[in-house]
Amino acid sequence: QESKTSGLPEYVKIVEVGPRDGLQNEKVMVPTDIKIELINRLSKTGLPAIEVTSFVSSKWVPQMSDHKEVMRGIERYPGVQYPVLTPNLQGFHSAVAAGATEVSVFGAASESFSKMNINCSIEESIDKFQEVVKAARSMNIPVRGYVSCVLGCPYEGNITPVKVAEVSKRLYSMGCYEISLGDTIGVGTPGSMKRMLEAVMKEIPLNALAVHCHDTYGQALANILTAVQMGVAVVDSSVAGLGGCPYAKGATGNVATEDVIYMLNGLGINTGVNLYAVMEAGNFICTALNRKTNSKVAQASFNIESVN
Amino acid sequence: PGLGVRARSELSLSPQVSAAAGAFPKRVKVVEVGPRDGLQNEKTVVPTPVKISLINMLSETGLQVIEATSFVSPKWVPQMADHTEVMRGINKLPGISYPVLTPNLKGFQAAVAAGAKEVSIFGAASELFTKKNINCSIEESLERFDEVMTAARAASIPVRGYVSCVLGCPYEGKISPAKVAEVSKKMYAMGCYEISLGDTIGVGTPGSMREMLTAVMKEVPVGALAVHCHDTYGQALANILVALQMGVNVVDASVAGLGGCPYAQGASGNVATEDLVYMLNGLGIHTGVDLQKLMDAGTFICNALNRRTNSKVSQANCRL
Repeated sequence: QESKTSGLPEYVKIVEVGPRDGLQNEKVMVPTDIKIELINRLSKTGLPAIEVTSFVSSKWVPQMSDHKEVMRGIERYPGVQYPVLTPNLQGFHSAVAAGATEVSVFGAASESFSKMNINCSIEESIDKFQEVVKAARSMNIPVRGYVSCVLGCPYEGNITPVKVAEVSKRLYSMGCYEISLGDTIGVGTPGSMKRMLEAVMKEIPLNALAVHCHDTYGQALANILTAVQMGVAVVDSSVAGLGGCPYAKGATGNVATEDVIYMLNGLGINTGVNLYAVMEAGNFICTALNRKTNSKVAQASFNIESVN
Repeated sequence: PGLGVRARSELSLSPQVSAAAGAFPKRVKVVEVGPRDGLQNEKTVVPTPVKISLINMLSETGLQVIEATSFVSPKWVPQMADHTEVMRGINKLPGISYPVLTPNLKGFQAAVAAGAKEVSIFGAASELFTKKNINCSIEESLERFDEVMTAARAASIPVRGYVSCVLGCPYEGKISPAKVAEVSKKMYAMGCYEISLGDTIGVGTPGSMREMLTAVMKEVPVGALAVHCHDTYGQALANILVALQMGVNVVDASVAGLGGCPYAQGASGNVATEDLVYMLNGLGIHTGVDLQKLMDAGTFICNALNRRTNSKVSQANCRL
C-alpha cells in the first residue's frame, strides 16, 4: 500500500466538500440549478466522493434549504459517493427519502464549540448521532463522522489531542466507517497536526482517518503533507477553496482541491482526479458566485500556459 | 559552528529516516527579501522614505537578515533605482545583516561605496532563463561573478549565491536536479558562504523539492543551503516543510508576501514571512522573530502600496 520509495500512501481519496461546506460558508447564495450543475461537473472529474448538501433546518442554514431538490436533481455517476450531512434522525429520514445513500454526522472536540454551534454538550450530541447511526446501519447506509476543532477552538483555544482521540473513538465505535478530523479554524501547524494524529492513531486504524484542513492561516497543505507522511490517505478539500471562515471575517476557509491535487500529483500519489477538470468546475462556480478563486493553482494556470 | 555543521551534515540520516524521526532543526534563520525581491516585483514603485521605513520596521522584528536593495542599473530595474539612498538611509542595527544584490563588479563597487557589508549574486539552473534574463550562458554568468568574488574576498565581504529555477523554468520546463547540484557546487566552490535555492515560478512540490535537495546535498553541505520558495501554486509552505525535514535551516520569505510572479500575471510570488514564522512557531522552531511586529511592518507596506496583504496569517488576524 505504501509507495516504494517514500513511505507515502500510493493512493489518496479526495472528498470534495465544496458543494456543502464550501457553499454553506459563502456570502452569496447560489440557486439550486447552479448547485446541481456544479455537482454534475465535479462528478466528471474523477472525484470519488462529493458532499452534496445538508439536511439541516433551513432556519439554521438557509444556504442548504434546497437540500431535497439538489439531492433529487443531481446525476449520480457510478463509483462516486454523494454523502449528505444529517445532524439528527429527522434529517436522516428526510435524506433517505430524497435518495441519499451515505450520510455524515458532526461531532466536536470542544465543549464550548458544541454548545455554541448546536446548543448541547458533546455527550448529548453523541446521543443524537447514535440514533442516526443506528437507523443508518439498519438500512446499510454508511455513516462518516466529523470531529471539529481538532487543532484549536475559537472559544476554548488549545484542544488536547487526548480529547480529540476520545471523541473520535466514540464516533468510530458507534459505527462511523471514517472519521474526518477538522481543523475548523485553520490554526493548526505541522507540529500540532502530528501530535493530534499520534493520539488519534492509538484509538483508530489509519485507514479510517481523514483530514479536513482549513487554510485560514495558510497552513493547510503543510498540515495535509504531515498527515499523508504519517499514512493518512483521505483528504477533504473544496473546489476553488470555496467557503470562508465564519470565525475570522474576510479570512479564507477550506483548502482548495486544485492545490491539494497539484501537491499530491507532485508527490507521485494517485488520486484518480483530473486537475484541469476540477479547475474548470472551479471556474464555473466562481463565475456564478461572482468571486475570484481561492486556488493558487487555478490563479496561476489561468494566466500562463502550464509549465509542467 | 562551521566545522560542526559540515561534520553533522556528512553524518546526517537519509532524508526518509529523518522525516520519519521528525527531526527538525531547532533554529531557523529567516532571510527577509521583501524590500528587494518583494518590492522589485510590485507594480507600484515605492518612494525611498517608505522603503527606508519598511526596512527600519523590519529591523525591529528580530529578523537577522534583511535584503535591502539591488545595485543593478535602473534601466533594468527602476524599482531599485534608489539603491544608494536606501543603503545610506537605513538604520543598520548591530547583529543584523543587510545584504544587497550585485550582478557585476560595477554594482559591487557601488554597493561597497554605499556602505554594503554583504552582497548576493544570482545564478540559474537553466540556460534559457539565464539567456533571457541576463543575455549570456550560465558559464559566462559565473565568470562575471568570479570578478565580484575576487573583489569581495579582498574586502572581506561575504557573498551569498542564489540559484534560480531549481524546480522548474518558465522557458525550459523541467530542470534536472543534477544541473541544480552542478551550478550550486560551482557557486559554493567560488566562495559563496550560502546557496539559496529558488523555486522561481513556484511550480515545485514536496516531491520535486526532495529530489532536488537530495542531489544538491551531495555537493553542498546542508548547513550552507537555503530555500527560496515561491507560492505561485500554493506549495511554498509544504515545500519548505520538506526542506526543513531534510535539515535545511535557512529560509527566505517576503513580508506580506510582497512580489508577484513576473511569469504569471496576477499570480502570487514570494511566500509570506508571517505565514512562514507562524508555521515555524507551531513546530517549536526558534526564529527570534516577533510575529506581531512583523505583521505591523506588513500592514505598513501594504497601506503604502495600496494593496491587500498576501499573508493568510495577517488576513486572519484572529486571536486564539
